[in-house]
Amino acid sequence: MARTISYREALNEALMQEMERDASVIVMGEDNAGGAGAPGEPDAWGGVLGVTKGLYGKFPGRVLDTPISESAFVGAAVGAATRGFRPVAELMFIDFMGVCFDQIFNQAAKFRYMFGGKAVTPVVIRAMYGAGLRAAAQHSQALYPLFTNIPGLKVVIPSSPYEAKGLMIQSIRDDDPVIFCEHKAMYDTTGEVPAESYTIPFGEANVVREGDDVTIVAFGRMVSVAAQAADELAKSGVGCEVIDPRTTSPLDADTIIESVANTGRLVVVDESTPRCSMASDVSSLVAKEAFGSLRAPIEMVTAPHTPVPFSPVLEDLYVPDAQRVVNAVKTVTGWER
Amino acid sequence: MPDERTTEERIGRVTMPKWGLSMKTGKIMEWVVEVGDEVERGDDLAEIDTDKIAGTLESDHEGVLRRVLVEAGSDAPVGCTIAVVAPEDVPDSEIDAVVKEAEEQLARGVAEGEEGPRQQTVEVAGRTISYTTLGEGSGDGDGDGEDEAIVLVHGYGGDKNSWLFVQEPLSEGRTVHALDLPGHGDSAKDVGDGSLATLADTVTGFLDALGVQRAHLVGHSMGGAVVTAAAAAAPERVRSLTLVSPAGYGPEIDASYLRGFASAASRRELKPHLLKLFADPGLVNRQLVDDLLKYKRLDGVDGALRTLLGTLLDGDEPALDVAPLLARTTVPTVVVWGRADQVIPVSNAESSDALKQHATVHVVDEAGHMAQMETPAAVVSAVQEAVQKAGEQAAGRA
Repeated sequence: MARTISYREALNEALMQEMERDASVIVMGEDNAGGAGAPGEPDAWGGVLGVTKGLYGKFPGRVLDTPISESAFVGAAVGAATRGFRPVAELMFIDFMGVCFDQIFNQAAKFRYMFGGKAVTPVVIRAMYGAGLRAAAQHSQALYPLFTNIPGLKVVIPSSPYEAKGLMIQSIRDDDPVIFCEHKAMYDTTGEVPAESYTIPFGEANVVREGDDVTIVAFGRMVSVAAQAADELAKSGVGCEVIDPRTTSPLDADTIIESVANTGRLVVVDESTPRCSMASDVSSLVAKEAFGSLRAPIEMVTAPHTPVPFSPVLEDLYVPDAQRVVNAVKTVTGWER
Repeated sequence: MPDERTTEERIGRVTMPKWGLSMKTGKIMEWVVEVGDEVERGDDLAEIDTDKIAGTLESDHEGVLRRVLVEAGSDAPVGCTIAVVAPEDVPDSEIDAVVKEAEEQLARGVAEGEEGPRQQTVEVAGRTISYTTLGEGSGDGDGDGEDEAIVLVHGYGGDKNSWLFVQEPLSEGRTVHALDLPGHGDSAKDVGDGSLATLADTVTGFLDALGVQRAHLVGHSMGGAVVTAAAAAAPERVRSLTLVSPAGYGPEIDASYLRGFASAASRRELKPHLLKLFADPGLVNRQLVDDLLKYKRLDGVDGALRTLLGTLLDGDEPALDVAPLLARTTVPTVVVWGRADQVIPVSNAESSDALKQHATVHVVDEAGHMAQMETPAAVVSAVQEAVQKAGEQAAGRA
């Protein structure tokens, strides 16, 4: 039965249920076990985000603390995955991916292909992304397009607690390396989540709102921003179809193309910077596959091509908001040749 | 016959219905009738939308639509009076008094004493069975000798919420339970061998667990076969049967629907199959598809649906034949069948000797396979007819 829980609790429940179900699932990361046994600390800290809280007490041998050496522990997780474990490694900030990138894109992503399909690498790398928490340029990026660019990786961006739990369980059960991108401003958002285990298949978009005038494709935290814009626009009679692809690799191209075939207009909302982004990727897909359906040029609502500013005023301008989505929709609906 | 009710009793308050556990408010999309129109029981009054489902509110009253309190486009809390129906001769002053009280309630934003179905669980044969209960009185298990609850049993892939339009109207003075069969809804997903006997035993075990001595069983589709089998296995426990598009009564079934429903993993795969369920394809909205996908993604559901497929189908033919079981029982049986049913077509009713001999069959024009959702009033009156016949049968024996 569904209850209302937070994004953080949904992820925790997914990890807990999969560790109970399958003894090969292990969790590792900084402070995942740390804090346990310290004075006044009945439980481990559960990572800097508290997502793995409660796991150490239940599965002490399967929750591993790691040194602050991303290349070492991500490499260890990838190696363990090739030897029969299903590790879930917590990288903390996605911005730290740079120091362990070889383990991910040259090793984990390549094993299945280079070993003739005989090797599987069922590793999940969790990382928090996104701006809005005053964490400055090195702790705020939305880097999922980088991983989407690499064949052999699966890239997941849950937009709600329901998505977070179902996609995490699917990620753990999947035999390929998964980059699991959690928006740091979403951990306390709440939503209805079934208590039972369930999986959401990769490459299946969710249609968040139905509408006939404009298709809005949005990723991660931008899904709720797009839905807010759609609700606003509905009041003035503009029907927006809001699509959450849920995974950028694989990408559910069919749902996007079918929607644009109906609406003839596309707005893509992506928190990452605009060059080689999901916004440009989806735009090129639609321009190529649904050119005949388009009744207006495609609009992209993204961050600007700059580092994330530390100034709170500038950071607030950096992240796309509902008003910018509304403006983009008005641009495509008002366009005349 | 002169109307002996008091004036107050003759004033019908049309209230915002509660469709499903989570519904708190509903939006009036359109009033189908206008102030001054004559209204019969079961007439469509308004189109109502919730965040889960859109439906048609039917009248529980007869008379003239005297006032509309909540205009189209506005929301109202569940249970609040949204319109007033009363015979022409009820004076305006009395209607005004009712309207005033109702407007105060609307202003407060809550209906007093409004209670939704209570979701509960009970252990039956080692499985957790989830159910909701509405109403009190006969069937509440208090041992006062009036223990004839109504029990609603959904079909393949359905759940207790498929009765959301009929559970409440049936609950006046009577306890109405809607359960989730094993493998469905919030019940345990283990279906064992998935046989008809296992499912029927779940229903009788449910009666045992709740202390319901005798019940009026209502079954839709696969649930129709299940309640028939339960009645045959425990005739002393079952007072009447109401069957909605029941499985097991004839040679026609759309096997491709059942297989398609079982195997569909995405919205794009599932939606075309769901269109076969309704006479009005507009009822297959985003929320319905989403809710079914959420159910199908739960661990254990895929296996449960595949096991039950083996119970329902033998190749492309129906595997169930419950006609001989019905012939063995003597309980009053009423059947509702949608003329536009594409899954288990109404031709089954026309060719079934068992139904001809042992049941009253009502064919409903505006319904497909889901009469309890498309024409709930027809299902409600069929259940009431079955309950009444059971009463007459008991009186005849006495």
